[in-house]
Amino acid sequence: MSNESNGERSLRWLKRAVAVPYLWLLLFFLTPFLIILKISVADPVVAQPPFTPLLEWGADGFEGIRATFSNFAFLFQDGYYGIIYLASLKMAAIGTLLCLLLGYPMAYYIARQPPERRNLLLLAVILPFWISFLLRVYAWIGLLNNRGVINELLLWTGVIDRPIAMLYNDFAVYLGIVYSYLPFMILPLYSNLERMDLDLLDAAADLGARRWRAFVDVTLPLSVPGIIGGCLLVFIPAVGEFTIPALLGGADTLMIGRVLWDEFFINRDWPVASAVSVVLLLLLIAPIMWFQRLQSREHEAGR
Amino acid sequence: MNDAKAPPLVQVREVTKTFDGVTAVDSVSLDILKGELFAILGGSGCGKTTLLRMLAGFEHPTSGKIIIDGADMTDVPPYERPVNLMFQSYALFPHMSVEQNVAYGLKKERVPEPQIRERVAEMLSLVKLGPLAKRKPDKLSGGEKQRVALARALVKRPKLLLLDEPLAALDRKLREHTQFELANLQYQLGTTFVVVTHDQDEAMTLASRIAVMHEGRIAQVGTPGEVYEYPANRYVAGFVGNINLIEGRVTAVANGRATVRSDALDADLAVACDDPAGLDGGACIAVRPEKITISREAPNGGERNVVKGIVRDLGYFGDQSLYRVRTRSGAVVQVSAQNLRRSAKLTVEWDDEVFLSWEVGSTILLRS
Repeated sequence: MSNESNGERSLRWLKRAVAVPYLWLLLFFLTPFLIILKISVADPVVAQPPFTPLLEWGADGFEGIRATFSNFAFLFQDGYYGIIYLASLKMAAIGTLLCLLLGYPMAYYIARQPPERRNLLLLAVILPFWISFLLRVYAWIGLLNNRGVINELLLWTGVIDRPIAMLYNDFAVYLGIVYSYLPFMILPLYSNLERMDLDLLDAAADLGARRWRAFVDVTLPLSVPGIIGGCLLVFIPAVGEFTIPALLGGADTLMIGRVLWDEFFINRDWPVASAVSVVLLLLLIAPIMWFQRLQSREHEAGR
Repeated sequence: MNDAKAPPLVQVREVTKTFDGVTAVDSVSLDILKGELFAILGGSGCGKTTLLRMLAGFEHPTSGKIIIDGADMTDVPPYERPVNLMFQSYALFPHMSVEQNVAYGLKKERVPEPQIRERVAEMLSLVKLGPLAKRKPDKLSGGEKQRVALARALVKRPKLLLLDEPLAALDRKLREHTQFELANLQYQLGTTFVVVTHDQDEAMTLASRIAVMHEGRIAQVGTPGEVYEYPANRYVAGFVGNINLIEGRVTAVANGRATVRSDALDADLAVACDDPAGLDGGACIAVRPEKITISREAPNGGERNVVKGIVRDLGYFGDQSLYRVRTRSGAVVQVSAQNLRRSAKLTVEWDDEVFLSWEVGSTILLRS
């Protein structure tokens, strides 16, 4: 009897403990989102704050709800935003692909090392997080500059006779994305590849598959959840990335993060800026929902 | 099926394997005949799995040769050997259906698609898995997985099928049933099977011949009967079945018979011995518990060894009874007796003074 009530009590405590992070998410994720959503249906005004309120209060109390979809309509009518969304998606997609091509062999290599070595190598992967993200991106400016470390070195050794333009272009942005987000690709891939039963590869070899064939037939399909997980972790933040294109990109590097910044701080058009971010969120929810469905289907198949 | 004149299908020649200076398999030589169900039996760490992996091609011998069907396989990779392995973990591909798992090996062999379908269906019906062809492995029971693994290994029609602890992952009841099915299947197909196991019962019931391994070496090779009744050394005698080991010294060798004095049993024991070489020092006498007759009266006549003692422990199992009898010097002898006559009363009870006797012919002389 007392055991049972103990169990019930600990379950109740567990529920309370789990409620804390949910409340946290509710408070600090959902609330700002609702505020953004509210601003996105307002009209811009020259005032403080620079948008009209959602709820109108007159002399004799509540007068009604004032909401407009004109900001969204504007986004769709003006081709400019569509192009930038597509450009952002493209840059994020290429950056994600580069991360995958680079991260998969790394994750594979780490997962096949003896356990003591693995931890050391994983530490090396997450070591950059010890330094501020902004500082690391700034460091790339020092490296890629026309008078930066790389160009100076190449000039000094005589490989080139004039500096290569490596900064303030798409190349620099891709480099920044791959550099910054590679750990987010490696970690989920590693945890997937590390769990794989190596007997499966022996079985494939036993049944007539050479090493490469066994990789394609067994390792690769079994690592698909890791690939998807890693790609989402890189792709989603990369689409809305602001720092990297702002610091390393050129004037012609259009990414939605920079447009957001411009709308908020230069045009001071908070409603349009909010609409831009709401549409971005909706765009990004689609792949997450797809992944969720894929996982739950797999989960069901597993039962 | 076994042709004595035909060369053995598998010839293991002086094979040694060391890992970082530790010897796992120590100059092992073995012949496995075509159509045999051969068992490699040994405790954990005896080198049996390493030997199996060398036969499959996953490990390369440090020295020595492996010849399969006349061809030197020592340097041939696993994917080119006419050998298939059924893994202890089964190692079924989790992302493929039962059918796809079984078809995999044939696809790698580039067998034409219609033939693949035919052979897979045939194999699945042989292991009674036809209705489950479309299922994924994680929706199968342990026994079903085992049969998929077996079908996947057999569908390639290997010259040699290796089975790594094939029954270890099954529960007891299923194991007994599967044991007979496996032996039946081997008989039907005529494929040479090599089973690696730590379970002596499994080896005894399945195999036509057994190699007992100990510390990287072959301790004995023989039929289950030979290994049980004529163990070559102390290790085999102790590992396979229950046995009483009696230390003693040889006092006389004459007329193909040695007399061994055992102080522990306070008795002179006779044992058949044709060759007195190497017996000047100590010798070890062994006798199986079921070969010993227990009685309250002194046995009369016959060629028997006789020991006196007191019943210290008694286990009644219905069909048989187990006794632990202590001699005057404190040595304990195990005896098992079939309860052949129907009687609720035991003829021998706790603390009875008893005579233990066994035929001279049942006595085993162990030289090493």
